[in-house]
Amino acid sequence: MALFLEQLLNGLTVGSVYAVVALGYTMVYGVLRLINFAHGELFMLGAYLGFTLLVATGLGGALPLGLALLLLLLVVMGAVALLGLVIERVAYRPLRRANRLTAVVSALGVSIFLQNGAMLLWGPRYRAYPAWALPEVRWTVAGLHLSLMQVVILAVALVLMVGLYLLIQKTMLGTAIRATAIDHDTARLMGINVDRIIQFIFFIGPALGAAAGVLLGLYYRQVHFTMGWIYGLKAFTAAILGGIGNIPGAMIGGLLLGILEMLGAGYLSAAWKDAFVFMILILLLILRPTGLLGERVAEKV
Amino acid sequence: MALLEVKDLTVRYGGVVALHRLSLQVEAGEIVTLLGANGAGKSTTLRAISGLVPPAGGQIRLDGEEVTRLPAHALVERGVAHVPEGRKVFPTLTVEENLNLGGYTRRRHRHAVAEGRDRVYQLFPRLKERRHQLAGTLSGGEQQMLAIGRGLMASPRLLLLDEPSLGLAPKLVVEIFRTIKAINRQGVAVLLVEQNARLALHVAQRGYVLETGRLVLEGMAHELQGDPQVREAYLGGRV
Repeated sequence: MALFLEQLLNGLTVGSVYAVVALGYTMVYGVLRLINFAHGELFMLGAYLGFTLLVATGLGGALPLGLALLLLLLVVMGAVALLGLVIERVAYRPLRRANRLTAVVSALGVSIFLQNGAMLLWGPRYRAYPAWALPEVRWTVAGLHLSLMQVVILAVALVLMVGLYLLIQKTMLGTAIRATAIDHDTARLMGINVDRIIQFIFFIGPALGAAAGVLLGLYYRQVHFTMGWIYGLKAFTAAILGGIGNIPGAMIGGLLLGILEMLGAGYLSAAWKDAFVFMILILLLILRPTGLLGERVAEKV
Repeated sequence: MALLEVKDLTVRYGGVVALHRLSLQVEAGEIVTLLGANGAGKSTTLRAISGLVPPAGGQIRLDGEEVTRLPAHALVERGVAHVPEGRKVFPTLTVEENLNLGGYTRRRHRHAVAEGRDRVYQLFPRLKERRHQLAGTLSGGEQQMLAIGRGLMASPRLLLLDEPSLGLAPKLVVEIFRTIKAINRQGVAVLLVEQNARLALHVAQRGYVLETGRLVLEGMAHELQGDPQVREAYLGGRV
C-alpha cells in the first residue's frame, strides 16, 4: 500500500510537469494544427536556464529558497517566452501557407538547432544541482515520504494550470483564442487579430514549457541536453492521451501518464519505465488516436 | 460620397480570375443586392470587401477612406460586419460567447457589449432562450439568426450578408428577411448576396448582377424585377 501511495504521489508530481508541457503542445496544435516539435527543447532550455541562474550566479545560496524559485521561474519563463516569439516569427509564420509537412520539417529543424546549441553552450555532460543551491528537505507524513520539491512542483503546476484554465474560459482573450482554434477566417471577421493571437500562444506555450523544465530539473536535481527529446515525447504522448487540441485533456493526460509511468516503474520495472510510456503512445495511436476527451478540431456546421 | 465604393475590383485565386474589374456602390442606409448564379463571384466580392481576400487590383473605399488592403480585423473596427456564407457560428462555444465575439472590437466597453447583446436578444428572442447552449446544437434557422446577431454586435454601418436564406425553410426565410429590413430601418446599410433573387429584389432598393466574375447588369430593384433577362435566369421565367 505504501508503495502504491508513494508511486501515486511521484506520478502526480511528474504528471503535473507533463501536463504543463502538454498544454504548450496542445495550444499550438489547437490554433495552428501544427505539432511544435521544438517545444521539448524549450522545456530543456528552461531547465538549463533555471540551473544556470540558480547555481552559476550563486543565487541559490544568496536568497531564501522561495524567493529564489519565484524569481527563477519569472525570469526563465519570460526569456523562453521571448524565444518562442522569435521562433514563431522566423520558423513558422513564413510557412503559414505552405503544406503541413513543410512546417513540421521546420519545427524539427528548430528542435535540432536548439538541442545542439544547448550542447555547445553548456557541454554534453549531465549537470547536477549542488546541495548548497538546492537543499534536500524531506518529511514523513502518515508513513509517506514527501520532499519539498514535490510540494513545490505540485503547487506551481496547479497555479499555472488553474491560471490557464481561467484565462481560456473566463476572459475575452481566451474566447478569442478558442474561436481562432476553430476557424481563423471567421475569427478575423469578429475583429480578432489572428496573427496577434498566434503570437500570444507562442508566448504562453513556451513560458509554460520553460516553467515545467525548471521544475523537472529541480525534481531530479540535474539537467541534460537530451531532456527535451525524452520529456517532449512524453508530454506529446500526454497531449495525445487527453486529446490533442483539448486543454482539459492535456491536463488530465499529463497527470494520468505520470501516474501510469510511476506505477509501472514501481510495480513492473524502473528501468523499463520509459519503454512503458512509449508503449502507451503506440497503443493510443493505433486504438484511439483522438484521445480520452477527444480531439478539438473544427466541426462542420 | 457613397458609404462603400468598389472600383475595378479584381480578385485572383491562383491563376483563376474570380472577379474582373467589378465596380459597385452602397450608399449609407441602403439595401443593395448582389445576384448571380453559383460561382459567379458574389461571395468573393464580400470576402474582398471584408478583408479576408487581398485584391489583385482595384480599390475599395469606405466613407472615402481607402481600405483595399487592410486586414479583416481592421475592417470590423471601421464598422463593416460580414456574415459569412454557411453561417460559420463557432459550434463549440455558447450562443452568448458567439455574440460576445461579435462585439470583440468593443470588448473594453462592457456596457456597450451588454447593451448590444440585449438588442440582439430583442430582435431574436429565440436566441435569448438558448443563450447558454452550444451554438452547434442550434437549428439552421437559429444559427442564421445567431450569425446575423453576431454581426450586429460590432455595431456596423455596413452589413455584408452572404446567402442568409441558404438551407432554410421558406417561413424562416421570410422571417429573416423581415428582420433584415428592420435592421436596415435602424440605419445599417446592407450588401446582400442572395441566390433567392425574388426575395432579394423585394427587400433591396438596388441590385447588381454578376456572371462569371463580371458585372452584367445593374439598376433599381424594380427595374431588375421587370428585366426579361433577370426573370429568365433568376426569377423562374415569365410569371
